[in-house]
Amino acid sequence: MIEFLYYFLIMPGLLFTAVAGLLSTWIDRKVTARIQWRRGPSWYQPFADILKLLGKETFVPKGPAKIAFISTPMLGLIAVPIVSAMLWHSNINSNAGYLGNLVVVILLLTVPSLALIMGGSVSKNPLSALGVKRELRLLSAYELPFVIAVLAVAVKTNSILLGGIASHQLIHGMNIASISGSIAFLVSLMVAQAQLGFVPFESTEAEQEIEGGPMLEYSGKLLAAFKLVKAMLLFTLPVLLITLFLGGVNAYTLSGALWFILKYIIILTLIILIKNTNPRIRIDQAVRFFRWPMTILALIALVLALKGW
Amino acid sequence: MLDCLTPRHDVERFGITLVGSPRHADILLVSGIVNRQSIEKFRHVYEEVPKPKLVVAVGVCACSADMFRDSYNFVKPVDEIIPVDVYVPGCPPKPEAIISGIIKALEKIK
Repeated sequence: MIEFLYYFLIMPGLLFTAVAGLLSTWIDRKVTARIQWRRGPSWYQPFADILKLLGKETFVPKGPAKIAFISTPMLGLIAVPIVSAMLWHSNINSNAGYLGNLVVVILLLTVPSLALIMGGSVSKNPLSALGVKRELRLLSAYELPFVIAVLAVAVKTNSILLGGIASHQLIHGMNIASISGSIAFLVSLMVAQAQLGFVPFESTEAEQEIEGGPMLEYSGKLLAAFKLVKAMLLFTLPVLLITLFLGGVNAYTLSGALWFILKYIIILTLIILIKNTNPRIRIDQAVRFFRWPMTILALIALVLALKGW
Repeated sequence: MLDCLTPRHDVERFGITLVGSPRHADILLVSGIVNRQSIEKFRHVYEEVPKPKLVVAVGVCACSADMFRDSYNFVKPVDEIIPVDVYVPGCPPKPEAIISGIIKALEKIK
């Protein structure tokens, strides 16, 4: 019991993922600033932001919406550390976990979006309702290609255990080295961009348009929870991509740890570059993007994986 | 004001960003005068910013309604509606002046 609490709360759960996630958001802001010929904030800025938000006044609506308003940010805070702990656990010990924890990870990764949707619905604000509508459409659009791409990986590595996928890649080479793996990686990268709510799929939290979307009425500690969830996702999703496609985290030796850091930096850089070189696309364009090209690509990857390529 | 976010006078290096909603903000920058149509909405926006908050009046129109004092539409100067912490005069104030005004406001918190 103590061990479970330690894994969930400290390492590699809430504390580790939160710190690593906030550092990743700093890398994101600094690289974005450099691309725009600016300087960017110091390394402690995201930590200072979260601390500041914890000290601000929190507005809560009166009436029955109060309970939902307060509890929805906590949903993300519960789900994402579980995903992170499962990922790291499976990477450290290939036989750990129960069969099918890949499916559980995919399901749990929808919870932050659902928390945004619910939180935006109970805020009594028409702009939040707009953001909720967009997030609903985006979520239902990107789940299909994501599931098909992950299915392609599961078929190729013949396992739905996260540790099994990682250890299969140790023997047979990275999944991205095969045709089906690289196509599935491309699809998953785009879906990760949408899950993080980054440009080009930023229409739910369009700052200039709908003033923050579902998070509009949140302030203080609840907003800190939402921002922390987003930061933790920025750390967890690349680790998921590394586990599924790039050979997993084998950070036992020093060279293994450096290799992991390199893979992580590559994926983070890809996400940041896509974020900075693209405009924000409309929600119907985003839905059409995920529903047609990405689903077809994912299906191609699945068929190729079934054939064995 | 928008110039402060551009690469030349980048304010993000001080950790200052533009946020989407008043509920996510700490510092409210006011420019221009408040007229009869916007006074209630303006007060509402001020109430929406969570405490601790700071208000910076940017430009002479916000500081004292310089040209528009005798206008038919003018109600009250900004500091009679909401408490202002820092005044940045100028028409328009240079971005460096705005940044130094914001830093002065931050020092007021400490």
